[in-house]
Amino acid sequence: MIRIENLHKSFDGLKVLQDVSFEVGKGEILALIGGSGSGKSVLLKHIARLMRPERGRIFIDGRDLGSLKGKELEEVRSRLGFIFQGGALFDSLTVYENVAFPLREKTELSENEIREKVLNELDQVGLKAAENKYPAQISGGMAKRVSLARSLVRNPEIMLIDEPTTGLDPVTSHQILTLIDSCHKRLGFTGIIVTHALIKVFEIVQKVAMLHEGKILAVGTPDEILSSTDPVVQEFVTFSFECPFPIPDYISSRRGTALRQITSGKGKRGIL
Amino acid sequence: MDSVRKLGALALFGLRRAGRMGLFLGKTFLFALSPPLKIRQLLREIHFIGFQSTLVIFLTGAFSGMVLGLQGYYTLNRFGSEAFLGPMVGLALVKELGPVLAALMVTGRAGSAMAAEIGIMRITEQIDALALMGLNPFRYLIVPKLLAGIITVPLLTAIFDVIGIFGGYLVGVKLLGVGRGVYFGEMANYIDMKDILGGLYKSLSFGALIAWICSYKGYYTGFGAEGVSKATTQAVVLSSVSILVWDYFMTSLLF
Repeated sequence: MIRIENLHKSFDGLKVLQDVSFEVGKGEILALIGGSGSGKSVLLKHIARLMRPERGRIFIDGRDLGSLKGKELEEVRSRLGFIFQGGALFDSLTVYENVAFPLREKTELSENEIREKVLNELDQVGLKAAENKYPAQISGGMAKRVSLARSLVRNPEIMLIDEPTTGLDPVTSHQILTLIDSCHKRLGFTGIIVTHALIKVFEIVQKVAMLHEGKILAVGTPDEILSSTDPVVQEFVTFSFECPFPIPDYISSRRGTALRQITSGKGKRGIL
Repeated sequence: MDSVRKLGALALFGLRRAGRMGLFLGKTFLFALSPPLKIRQLLREIHFIGFQSTLVIFLTGAFSGMVLGLQGYYTLNRFGSEAFLGPMVGLALVKELGPVLAALMVTGRAGSAMAAEIGIMRITEQIDALALMGLNPFRYLIVPKLLAGIITVPLLTAIFDVIGIFGGYLVGVKLLGVGRGVYFGEMANYIDMKDILGGLYKSLSFGALIAWICSYKGYYTGFGAEGVSKATTQAVVLSSVSILVWDYFMTSLLF
């Protein structure tokens, strides 16, 4: 469904992506992991063709994204859903209007049909009560859920999700990823998710790609990544699953009530 | 040698920017001339740029006319030619002050908002979100602003002219005693259709100029709040200067 071949990109001489190649099959979700500044968001924007590569190609259903223009590009893009880090909600529109916007602009549905679909989608993300609020009046977690609803209302075949949990508390992060998982099970889209919340995300994805300094270090199933022998991958995964520093006594002594033991779904990995 | 290189780099930078601005305008006109037109967006922009600017146009038009009436009367009075107050106020407004001042007012009120709105949409990725919904940002954001500018600025200029002429009437006729018939009669004798059309052409081009420059500056804004603030300032300054420069060329061509 999505195939990336030898992608290269640099900004002012700084190499951001170097020879990036991987594939995501139909209905699969791939987690794109890696340290901050490793080029994950830039790669995602290339897949949406918000950026153009210097070299390399991206194929969606066998069609070279770089060769598409005008209506063809609009058609491919209308099959994509993109959740931006900041939500990218239209700030002059209410939550309801934001979700209704793509339907009003791109479909011939009546206002009643649009209302039914929008309220259903808002219900799915637990935001029916916030339909009349403006983006400035809702929290970051709510904005991400509205953004998810706005993307899903068009039944996209491909979802590109850029750091859906950044800046959110652990409980909300967990809720957002659970929501993405349930939406994936319901709609069966193909997706790429950029995230640092590995514990939960390893449960919901079929594939993982690790990006480091613009290069793909490893691609494989979550199990393969967990058992990778590459020292950088090992370090990243270990630090993501286990507490990298000693837990102070005052926390560890209250662990039973204050902390929940977290499981990775692939066996217990961490204690914090 | 180094200074020559710097000069060359500066010239290339200027040319690149001018080329980008030209392409931006060309693309906007291309989408404006090909359907579909976003009518709802166009009406929203006409309301914002046009209707919401009427009060400021009313006030500036009235006081510009009044000050013209006052200054004109005392100047003409020296030569015993107060009878020409009407044509003086009318011609100054219709040919020059109406189009230019109305355009400057629209730049300050609506042009700055245009640049800021598009700039904020750019930095918060709302423009990218539009594109990813399969909606063309030019068709959706820029074309309505350009058309609304072309439609509303001439109308606002007409309001400015009429209110200004009545401002001059208030001061010249009601306050300083010039005959009412003389004021309007001489005005009708000296202002012909060519003058009115000249003003109309100017205001049409100013409308396009404001929307073009302010949208362009917002679309290619820098990063963060500072980037938007700089883009807004540059939009207002560049639009205002361009209006005055373009006015000179239009005047030399039209009159």
